Amino acid sequence: MEPFRQLCAVAAPLPVLNVDTDMIIPKQFLRTIKRTGLGVNLFDEMRYDDQGKEIPDFVLNRPPYRNAQILVAGANFGCGSSREHAPWALLDFGIRCIIAPGFADIFFSNCFKNGILPIVLPKKNVDHLMQVAQAGDTISVDLTAQTITAPSEGIDLSFEIDSFKRHCLLNGLDDIGLTLEKSAAIDAYEQKRGNARPWM
Amino acid sequence: MAEPRTLFEKIWNDHIVECSEDGTCLLYIDRHLVHEVTSPQAFEGLRMAGRKIRRPTATLAVADHNVPTVDRDKGIAEEDSRVQVETLEKNCRDFGVSYFGMNDKRQGVVHIIGPEQGFTQPGMTIVCGDSHTSTHGAFGALAFGIGTSEVEHVLATQTLIQKPAKSMRITVNGALPAGITAKDIVLAIIGKIGTAGGTGYVIEYAGQAIRDLSMEGRMTVCNMSIEAGARAGLIAPDEKTFAYVKGRPMAPQGADWDKAVACWSTLPSDDGARYDKEITLEAADIVPQITWGTSPQDVLPVTASVPDPATEKDAARKTAIERAIAYMGLTAGQKLTDITFDKVFIGSCTNGRIEDLRAAADIAKGRKVAENIKLAMVVPGSGLVKEQAEAEGLDKIFIAAGFEWREPGCSMCLAMNADKLSPGERCASTSNRNFEGRQGRGGRTHLLSPAMAAAAAVTGRVCDIRDL
Repeated sequence: MEPFRQLCAVAAPLPVLNVDTDMIIPKQFLRTIKRTGLGVNLFDEMRYDDQGKEIPDFVLNRPPYRNAQILVAGANFGCGSSREHAPWALLDFGIRCIIAPGFADIFFSNCFKNGILPIVLPKKNVDHLMQVAQAGDTISVDLTAQTITAPSEGIDLSFEIDSFKRHCLLNGLDDIGLTLEKSAAIDAYEQKRGNARPWM
Repeated sequence: MAEPRTLFEKIWNDHIVECSEDGTCLLYIDRHLVHEVTSPQAFEGLRMAGRKIRRPTATLAVADHNVPTVDRDKGIAEEDSRVQVETLEKNCRDFGVSYFGMNDKRQGVVHIIGPEQGFTQPGMTIVCGDSHTSTHGAFGALAFGIGTSEVEHVLATQTLIQKPAKSMRITVNGALPAGITAKDIVLAIIGKIGTAGGTGYVIEYAGQAIRDLSMEGRMTVCNMSIEAGARAGLIAPDEKTFAYVKGRPMAPQGADWDKAVACWSTLPSDDGARYDKEITLEAADIVPQITWGTSPQDVLPVTASVPDPATEKDAARKTAIERAIAYMGLTAGQKLTDITFDKVFIGSCTNGRIEDLRAAADIAKGRKVAENIKLAMVVPGSGLVKEQAEAEGLDKIFIAAGFEWREPGCSMCLAMNADKLSPGERCASTSNRNFEGRQGRGGRTHLLSPAMAAAAAVTGRVCDIRDL
C-alpha cells in the first residue's frame, strides 16, 4: 500500500448528502477480478450520459477537477454496499483524501486499506472547505501534523484520526503481515475456544 | 456481582484475541461467508503473498450476485459474470473451501443459505464481503459486512482488527397490528433514525413486537440495519432461535447441542445493561411503509403523500429531496397511493425466505397481475426455499396469477445479472436499497413488504394492504 503523508492538491466539491457506493461505482463494473482500472467508471451514472458521453456539468468532467486528488463531500459519504471497488475506483481516478462531515463505517474502513485518508470534520469546516474546492483552489493535508490548510481562505485546521490507522497509513503497512506476527496468540485463542465451545 | 453486560459486549469479549491500549482489538472470526463479487481480489492477494487460508472449514462460499434466474442449464451468458463465478469455483478448489455451485439446490443468496445450513449460530462472530451480513444478527450473532481487504485478512488469519462499536437499543413495544410485517418495522425505524442514524453503533432490537417475530422476520429486521448505517443488528437468541437452528446440517449435534444451548442461553443482555443510545417505537403506531425517494430513509406510511421540499428548512436536505423527487419522476404533494408501477420484484436477502413467499402468495391467490405490470417476478432466496415453496404449491399460485417463478439469486435487488429495470421504469421491490440506478440505470425503486409488493402487482399501483 502506498503510504500517505502529505498532499497538496485541487479538491473536487461534491455537496451531496448520502453519496452511496452504488453511485461511486455502479454494479456493472463489479464484475471484475482486478482492483485496478475502475477510475474511468468512477461516478459513472453522474459522469456520463446514456450514450457514454461526458456530462459537462459534472464536477469531475470540469478542467481543474479532472486532476483532483481530494474530494470534499456531504454527510454519510460511502453509505450502502461494502464494495471495496468504491475506494479502488476513487484511488484509480487519483483521489487520495476525502473530507466530509461523516462516513459510512465499512467505506471508512475500506479507505484505510487502500492508502486513502478519509477525514471527518464538523459541518461548518467542511462547508468552508467546500468554498475553497468550488473556487478551484488547492488544499493541503498533512497526516503527520494532522492539519488541513487552505491559504486562499485562511483555513488552518487540525483533525482527529485513530492512532493505529494513522500509523498504518503513514507507513503504508499491510494489516495481514502485522496480524500474522500474532499467530501464537491466535493459536492460543483457538485452543481455548475449542475446549470451551467444541461445536464452534 | 459482575457489571451487567449487553449481548454485544458478551460476544465481543468472548472473541478478543488481544487488545492494545488504544482499544484496537484483534477479534476472532468464527464464520466467513464468501461470494463471487467481493472475493477474487482477496484470493489473488493470498496467492501473490504465498499465504494459505487459516481455517478453511470456517468458510462457506456460494455464487449469488451474478447468477441467472432463468435457463440455468445454459450457464452464464455474460462473459465477465461467468469469469467471476468460475474464478470463485477455482479459488474454492485451490484453497479447500466448501462451495455451493449454481446447480446445487443449497445454492442461494449468501445470507439466506448461512442460516438455512445452520452455519449461522448464536454467539458467533460472522463476516462476509457484503453489507447485508447484518442479517445473521437475528440469531444473536455479531455479524457485519467487510471489504475485500478484510476478506483477505480473515482468510489469512481468521481475525479482524477492530474497535468496539457503540451500542444502541431499539425497543418496539406492544403487538404488531394486522397487516404489519417485519419489513414495515425496519423501514419505520430507518425513517425515524435516518440512514446515518446507526453509524458507529451496533443496534440491538428488543421489545414484544421483535420477540413476536418469526426467525424469518427477525432476519428481515437485522438485514436492513446497514440501511440505518449500523455496523450490525442483534436480537437476543431464545427458544425460537434454538428451534430454527436445531437439526440443520451444520448445527451442533448430540451432546454438543445441549452444551451449545446452555451457552447460548447466557447470551441475552443482562437486566440493567447500559446502552449508549435508546430508541423506542410503539408497534401500534406502525402502518404499512413504502419508500418514495432514493435513500431508505425516504420512507413514509402508505397513507402519506410525497414530501414538499419547500417546507424543508435544511438547505442540503431540501436539495436532496428535490433531487430524489426529480429522479423518481414524482410530484411534491402527490398521494403515494396514486403511484403506478411497471415491474414488481419479490425476493432478495431481505425478503426471499419462505415466510415472505407465503405472505406474497396469500395476496396473489385467486388474483391476476394487473395489465400495466410488464413483469412481476418471484425469486426465491435459495434452492431449498424454492423446493419448500413448490412443495406448498406457492409456485402454482404465483404462475396462475401471472408472476414469473425464477431460480434463486440476488437478481434484481442489485441487477448485476440480466434482471434489471430500464430507464424510467418503476418497480415495487421487496429488496433493501432504492439508490439511484440500483436496479438498473434510471430505474425507480420503491421498497415495501412482500405482501405490499404482491398487492402492487395485482392492483398495478401502490396499495394499502389493509384495504385489499
